[in-house]
Amino acid sequence: MPEPMNAPISAPISALPGARFDGLAHIEEAGLQGMITLRGDLASKPVKAAVTAATGAKLPALRQGTQGKSGMALWMSPDELLLLCPYGEVGAVLDKVNAALGDAPALAVNVSDARALFSVSGLGAREVLGKLCPVDLSPEAFTPGMIRRTRMAQIAAAFWMEPDQSFRVICFRSVAAYAFDLLKDAARPGASVGVY
Amino acid sequence: MSTRVATGGRLIDRARPVRFTFNGKSLTGFAGDTLASALLANDQMLVGRSFKYHRPRGIVASGAEEPNALVGLGQGARFEPNQRATTTELFDGLSADSQNHWPSLEFDVGAVNSAFARFLPAGFYYKTFIHPRPFWKHIYEPFIRQSAGLGKAPKERDADSYEHFYFFADVVVIGGGVAGLAAAKSAAESGAKVLLVEQGAHWGGRAPVDGGEIDGMSPEDWIAQTLAALKSMPNVTLRARCMGAGVYDHGYVLGYERLSDHAPGGEGPRHRLWRIRAKQVITATGAIERPLSFAGNDVPGVMLASAMRDYVVNFGVAPGQKVVVVTNNDDAYRTAIALKQAGITVLRVLDARSAGGGALMEEARALGIRIDCGRAIAKVSGGKRVTKVAICAQEGQGNALEEIACDALAMSGGWSPVVHLWSHCGGKLTWDEAGAMFRPDAARAPTGADGQPFVLAAGAANGALALDAALVDADASGKSAAKAVGFKVKRSTAPQGSTAEESPLAPVWLMPRNAGIELRMKAWLDYQNDVKVSDVQLAAREGYESVEHTKRYTTLGMATDQGKLSNINGLATLAGALDAAIPTVGTTTFRPPYTPISFGAMAGDARDALFQPLRRTPMQDWHETHGAEWEPVGQWRRPYAYPQPGETTHDAVMREVTNTRQAVGLLDASTLGKIIVKGPDAGRFLDMLYTNMMSTLKPGKCRYGLMCSENGFLIDDGVVARIDEQTFLCHTTTGGAEHIHAHMEEWLQTEWWDWKVYTANVTEQFAQIAVVGPKARQVLEALGGMDVSKEALPFMTWADGTLGGIAARIYRISFSGELSYEIAVRAGEGRALWDRLMQAGAAFGVMPYGTEALHIMRAEKGFIMIGDETDGTVIPQDLGLNWAISKKKEDYLGKRAQARSHMSDPTRWKLVGLETEDGGVLPDGAYAVAEGVNANGQRNTQGRVTSTYHSPTLGRGIAMGLVLHGPDRMGEMLEFPGTDGKIHKAKIVDPVFYDKDGEKQNA
Amino acid sequence: MLILTCPCCGVTAEETEFAAGGEAHVKRFGPGASDEEFRDYIFARENPKGVHFERWRHANGCGKWFHAARCTITLEVFGTYSAQTTTPPKAICAAITAKRPGWTWRDFA
Repeated sequence: MPEPMNAPISAPISALPGARFDGLAHIEEAGLQGMITLRGDLASKPVKAAVTAATGAKLPALRQGTQGKSGMALWMSPDELLLLCPYGEVGAVLDKVNAALGDAPALAVNVSDARALFSVSGLGAREVLGKLCPVDLSPEAFTPGMIRRTRMAQIAAAFWMEPDQSFRVICFRSVAAYAFDLLKDAARPGASVGVY
Repeated sequence: MSTRVATGGRLIDRARPVRFTFNGKSLTGFAGDTLASALLANDQMLVGRSFKYHRPRGIVASGAEEPNALVGLGQGARFEPNQRATTTELFDGLSADSQNHWPSLEFDVGAVNSAFARFLPAGFYYKTFIHPRPFWKHIYEPFIRQSAGLGKAPKERDADSYEHFYFFADVVVIGGGVAGLAAAKSAAESGAKVLLVEQGAHWGGRAPVDGGEIDGMSPEDWIAQTLAALKSMPNVTLRARCMGAGVYDHGYVLGYERLSDHAPGGEGPRHRLWRIRAKQVITATGAIERPLSFAGNDVPGVMLASAMRDYVVNFGVAPGQKVVVVTNNDDAYRTAIALKQAGITVLRVLDARSAGGGALMEEARALGIRIDCGRAIAKVSGGKRVTKVAICAQEGQGNALEEIACDALAMSGGWSPVVHLWSHCGGKLTWDEAGAMFRPDAARAPTGADGQPFVLAAGAANGALALDAALVDADASGKSAAKAVGFKVKRSTAPQGSTAEESPLAPVWLMPRNAGIELRMKAWLDYQNDVKVSDVQLAAREGYESVEHTKRYTTLGMATDQGKLSNINGLATLAGALDAAIPTVGTTTFRPPYTPISFGAMAGDARDALFQPLRRTPMQDWHETHGAEWEPVGQWRRPYAYPQPGETTHDAVMREVTNTRQAVGLLDASTLGKIIVKGPDAGRFLDMLYTNMMSTLKPGKCRYGLMCSENGFLIDDGVVARIDEQTFLCHTTTGGAEHIHAHMEEWLQTEWWDWKVYTANVTEQFAQIAVVGPKARQVLEALGGMDVSKEALPFMTWADGTLGGIAARIYRISFSGELSYEIAVRAGEGRALWDRLMQAGAAFGVMPYGTEALHIMRAEKGFIMIGDETDGTVIPQDLGLNWAISKKKEDYLGKRAQARSHMSDPTRWKLVGLETEDGGVLPDGAYAVAEGVNANGQRNTQGRVTSTYHSPTLGRGIAMGLVLHGPDRMGEMLEFPGTDGKIHKAKIVDPVFYDKDGEKQNA
Repeated sequence: MLILTCPCCGVTAEETEFAAGGEAHVKRFGPGASDEEFRDYIFARENPKGVHFERWRHANGCGKWFHAARCTITLEVFGTYSAQTTTPPKAICAAITAKRPGWTWRDFA
């Protein structure tokens, strides 16, 4: 099994680099994204300070995301947040988070490579997710800033809505191909439901 | 004969002919036809054969209730059996074939059964095929199998695609007739979010055919106006060709949308399954006309009166030229009038009521139609088509008073509300004596998550059969539903319907009332399953009192139409035979779906690549392009081996073991679970989770640990690394990552919720590669970046650093007994590291190895494997793992269970190694036999094989097994009878076959 | 298919987002417990026709465990509440009493 010698210096790659599809919605693998799981007492000062230190954002309310200068904070559970920052800065941000947490009982861990991130945009985006997730995606029920963890066909996934009404969908890296194929299938031309 | 009439047909477009084939014959219909109406227009009344007697069957209905006109539709990859011609919209190129006959529809050999019908009564199969016993397998079952089954199974892969869609609504209205439209409108006017679904292609249901006026308009105009109003409301979603298939717990409703059945082959899905959550459901599903039970009521040409009217009014089709109408109610006069107005000869209306009907009867009479009251059908004559009917008095035994030559007979036995969807989720029914029908009992509606009713019936489905009553009822239902959801209802008047005043119907369950056995044996209840009045009566005589038992004994209502036409007549017959009131006999259970739905719709996207998620490691592409054969582990597919050209799989496995033992091998270990456990109480927590002590582990060190359930049984194992004072990283088995993480969270959240511990499943953050073999260190040193010497990184320690420029954490742990490094890097750099290791390792003879080589090497070393040595009943003590069970700890999960008498029983089978006498390989799972036999006459057993392989290292078969008193019986020979008939002999030995002192792994 | 409201994240979702976790309020017995205590802890479960207390996990959601009080006949959900309690909260008990006067379940009423 000969491999090319003198392989170039490695650069990390995302789960499905360059994967994209245009149909009822535009689906695109969003590339490398820094992600930190932060667990702790969300009401505590050190955790709030850690969120600010990492993202510049305020602590998000229940099932909400907040945007800060340098990143985003997403509510994942009563004791868990997902902090978003540039991929290349995860190490530095993690240091800031840990410094802000100090001795507080909490856990901050880099999960950037553990996940795949997709963007689903365009007029059909709500319907595409509505084919896969048991969630009310009507414009009245799901609005920008909301995050929802749920089931996407046969896998666990989470998505949130950006101000431009596009979605970001995250799932585990190992099922990125399955998730992309699901989204692609749901967005295939001719499959518009026509309700949103 | 049945023909197209010169004019009329509100749903067809005579300017657009449509070509189709039936049994290979080319025919023409019009756009807007159903397959049934087009067949009738081509004089094709005979459409199939019944299931048991293969009797000729004609089209009897015009909608979803049709029991007879089932056809195989389409060809090849678009073939589907058992499609109802009455709900199949005609399209250009449609091809249909009739079913249940051989060799042809016109001449069927199986019809001979019909001649013996007298000898095939209810329960015939149960009674006949029991004795003699041996006949079952060789004679009866093959015979039944040959004659069983409806239609043919498709042979090719389905060419179409399907999907699901989740939808949420305040009020879901099922049924787009005038009641459904009125209910949807009154609900939507409150502001509620409304979804209205209609199974057919057209809105308005029967109203345009049945006539009358709504708000001073024709029904058609009112429907158009209401539809336009609904379409303009942003809170209303309308879907035609979408059947409400089922209503389930807590407001779950399934909608079955048929997108391209009427125009196949386009892009997009064929069917869409709507998975709807409704706060309130309104069933506006209408009513179904009942047949009358008289001799010969299954002869082709005998049709429901309403269906005949539909064919004339909707499709301009005359099902016959000379028609007789028989009824027990006023509605059938509408058919007589419609036929007459279309120019069809109506020879007679036979009204079973001695006093006849009301205004509609007078209207018919005024048109010159002869009406005989108190009359009934004694018998219908004809084989493949009605030729004549014999008339008798309803209150008699069937003595023919007169015979009328005719070619079609319209019958009406009254109407049954479609209560299926109301009943699916537990809604109860009440018997309406005046209407002789079961209708929904509003006081006993299905209840939802909050304990409150969530289903309302509306219109005819609620027993309000007359147009005016139906509209008032539907309007009120819409308002009630909106109110129940919490909307303020605006005051408005219901649509005003006006229609002819009707006289009450007279229940007729047998025609004539005192028909003798010869007539009853020809009076069909269930057309598809060939159940007659006499069969149900026989069941009653034989002691079947429960309607559910009678159903199964006679197969009444068990066909694909689920007895939409037959159930009420059947249970009225049963009630009569039992001399009981109909409501005390009750109904059978209504189960979803309302009509059969496609498997494709149920599966949705879950087919082909999306059938189930396949998890991929960062190196999966490499494995694929290097010829890996796969072993499924959970949803992962791990390389089993990498055969090279000319190698068998076995050869490859042997090579991979040998190369790893002698040089160096690479294993993709990314699938192993990795869970971070952190907090001041992390050590204490892990001490509870693992059988051994983890809190004493020093940062920088690794320790192998066992996890048990509270039952004491071993559930997982793996190496724990202590990262710092408060942080541990726990490795789990490949299949264990998710459930062990869940197991940890369960105990933290539900038992020790005051402990300060946080967990995170970081399995997929890392790609992990095991570099294994005597030259492993040299490979790593070739990459460079960190000290991997024995001194800097001894066995069972870990260190962070870089390797070939990639940030890495290296664990010196070994599952093979060799010098081994497990290298974890960010998943995004996993493939790069793999490539570099392959490149750098080339000089040292590196080769990848798969899971089978991994298994062999761990077995050579005597390491257990969860799932091989354990099966959910094995405790660590069985496996000689007492060294990994802390004696000091007061408690750990499983400790109390392991103190139970059965767990400490010295006769529990214990782990040993097994070495075959002839060097061969023991059969997997084989049992070691002992002296004597058990109570069942089987040989006693004293052990079993848990893992067995050919070891290329030892050049012989090796195995592990659990054996009675095994560790005390070293050197003893056991006998393992194989399924190949051979006795395999093996000696009990120590389970560690290789490098017992661990010199290699410690090197 | 049931719908449940997760008291931890407030989501009302269908059953496929959740995983059932058996009976609620089972008290753990470890080393030192009698055979009878341990047997009951591991094996003895209620099987009521009516009011029942269950554990659920929001598996495809926030991941948290919670408790639900439910009627096994009508599937009515009386309420969901924190898993971090050894007894059903008063409000839940009151809600059940309002619907099912005289209910009892193990030692609760």
